[in-house]
Amino acid sequence: MPHAPTAFDPMSFNQRHLLGIEPLRPHEITAILDLADSYVDLNRRPTKHADALQGLTQVNMFFENSTRTQASFELAGKRLGADVMNMAMQASSIKKGETLIDTAMTLNAMHPDLLVVRHPHSGAVDLLAQKVNCAVLNAGDGRHEHPTQALLDALTIRRAKGRLHRLNIAICGDIAHSRVARSNLILLGKMENRIRLIGPPTLVPSQFAEFGAEIYDDMREGLKDVDVVMMLRLQKERMDGGFIPSEREYYHRYGLDAEKLALAKPDAIVMHPGPMNRGVEIDGTIADDINRSVIQEQVEMGVAVRMAAMDLLARNLRASREADGAV
Amino acid sequence: MTQTTTLFTNARVIDPEAGTDRQGAVLVQNGLIAAVDYNVTDPDQLFRTRNIGSADVTIIDCGGKCIAPGIVDIGVKVCEPGERHKESFKSAGLAAAAGGVTTMVTRPDTTPTIDSPETLEFVTRRAQADAPVNVLPIAALTKGRNGREMTEIGFLMDAGAVAFSDCDHVVTDTKVLSRAFTYARSCGALVIAHPQEPGLSQGAAATSGKFAALRGLPAVTPMAERMGLDRDIALLEMTGAKYHADQITTARALPALERAKANGLDITAGTSIHHLTLNELDVADYRTFFKVKPPLRSEDDRQAVIDAVRSGLIDVISSMHTPQDEESKRLPFEEAAAGAVAMETLLPAALRLYHSEQLDLPTLFRALSLNPAKRLGLACGRMAADAPADLVLFDPDSPFVMDRFALQSKSQNTPFDGQRMQGRVLSTYVAGIPVYRRD
Repeated sequence: MPHAPTAFDPMSFNQRHLLGIEPLRPHEITAILDLADSYVDLNRRPTKHADALQGLTQVNMFFENSTRTQASFELAGKRLGADVMNMAMQASSIKKGETLIDTAMTLNAMHPDLLVVRHPHSGAVDLLAQKVNCAVLNAGDGRHEHPTQALLDALTIRRAKGRLHRLNIAICGDIAHSRVARSNLILLGKMENRIRLIGPPTLVPSQFAEFGAEIYDDMREGLKDVDVVMMLRLQKERMDGGFIPSEREYYHRYGLDAEKLALAKPDAIVMHPGPMNRGVEIDGTIADDINRSVIQEQVEMGVAVRMAAMDLLARNLRASREADGAV
Repeated sequence: MTQTTTLFTNARVIDPEAGTDRQGAVLVQNGLIAAVDYNVTDPDQLFRTRNIGSADVTIIDCGGKCIAPGIVDIGVKVCEPGERHKESFKSAGLAAAAGGVTTMVTRPDTTPTIDSPETLEFVTRRAQADAPVNVLPIAALTKGRNGREMTEIGFLMDAGAVAFSDCDHVVTDTKVLSRAFTYARSCGALVIAHPQEPGLSQGAAATSGKFAALRGLPAVTPMAERMGLDRDIALLEMTGAKYHADQITTARALPALERAKANGLDITAGTSIHHLTLNELDVADYRTFFKVKPPLRSEDDRQAVIDAVRSGLIDVISSMHTPQDEESKRLPFEEAAAGAVAMETLLPAALRLYHSEQLDLPTLFRALSLNPAKRLGLACGRMAADAPADLVLFDPDSPFVMDRFALQSKSQNTPFDGQRMQGRVLSTYVAGIPVYRRD
């Protein structure tokens, strides 16, 4: 049985691509989250099929390793009836010296409808989007943005807290190199939350204060009375770069354990975009505590949010093609 | 050579040395400025007093437009040898002429590096054959610009090198650099350096700040420029070398420069037209034509640099003309090549500062023509008798929309593409001979 989406105003989401959170207006964020809520219900049914992307071709182009995000996008596309193709770009023509734009043009000639792109350089997905005539979804570009991650985090928070505004939210860890942190910072700011960034100053540059966030290098102080604790993954290569002295000192000062979490509100939720380093940025028992951790929900919301985002972009794509007469 | 005499009348004469901008006439004879006359009412009287037959004189009515000493552009990249598809001496020469640049001082960061008298001779020969403007080469300070062994500074000077520079490669080994400074001083050679702390600036594509943070670009603190300058100044104190900083672009480097000058060191500094007229926000959505080295700075830095040009603390404005082909720029911002072509947009862009009433025309030409010529020991750059008649005639007000495909350069990577600009070159003269005339 085809899934019937909830009442939806097509004017409320007016984007051709999903390149970042920055271009979105608050009501567009809400539109994605509302539609995603309905897809959460669908995904929990025994039969999980809808036909929103029927006949459309979705290509996943990952220039950087990914298991979780790529799987999530693939599943989202398949559940909505798209033909999904995965291209592992690391192993392909890039190695043969082809430029990003040539790759994009080649792919464009195959008439994809939805292009999901991850790239190690900031802005690369924007560049690619200028050269193709399909909808492009940014699955992470360098240190710039990872919009679907921020949207799935927002949906998780909204479902756990009943609202997505006037919350105290702490984002902890390697902010400087994190596209997840940037997208979350922008999204949660747009929805009028108070954001604290917690981490060693080598990983939390002071410029972020200009985004309206409060910066703490003392985690205990930063976690006081927060509603949401978002942990970020500490990438191993940061150790070599001399950003922190050692894993064990990092865990001591910035790892989330029961003692530090006790400073947050009693009903504070714990989030992590995965994959986790247990014992580096987060204590394993907290990650597994079903009363505090919503890490598994985040993964579930990820599929729903990506279904919603692709559905909305496909509607706009079809509408613009109809307007052009190329049905 | 036939004797030629030209009189430019009805002109706004810009004299950067006297700091004046007034109605007058310029008489050119045999490639030199013969006289600048501010009281001409009857040209024939001028000819009579100078014993010139009026029939032999070409009279050019400037129609009230400006005439100034031609621009001496320190740090032009002509991509010969190695990357002639990006820019050749011919195309660079045409671009220079169209931009009012009468002397190109060319960079050695070619492939191969211009670090031996033999490669320098090749360059000089190519330049003489193809470029309609004066070309003076800079040679590398160290072999291969590797920062390990100094080049044959003496031989290179004999072969025509006017200065020595490793361009954007910073010599990190201070012992090597101090020896090169010491040796250069003994030859009377000018060293041009790129003040930058290379550890901090490695991999940077933007200046650290809110904008770089928002765009997720690897960034360098503006302090890296001051650290580089501070180190070089300490070495100058040690060695007494003759030194020019290619680009000072940040407010924080200025007090160090000021102190060094006050202490009597032989130091001058330049800045690029892009850092004077653009800021980091112009990069917007990763527009790679705005990627330059060092990266564009904050608006506060830009204003401080303009003030420093006005006060004379910064001596020279350069185009830092750096041609890049489309392939080098059509890449993600971090991977894209840095640099912009700028000789043809140098004057219109500089005139933005005139129209915004921040710099008057004599001050602009002090930095564009007079100071660079003085620093290199050239006779040009002045609006005075016996100076070479390297002149640019321009209309400071004429508005136009910049179209990069109309440029003479082989590469069209200008950040000003599509922008409204005001002021254009009407004609350019080198040694009294027209090398460019706008149709």
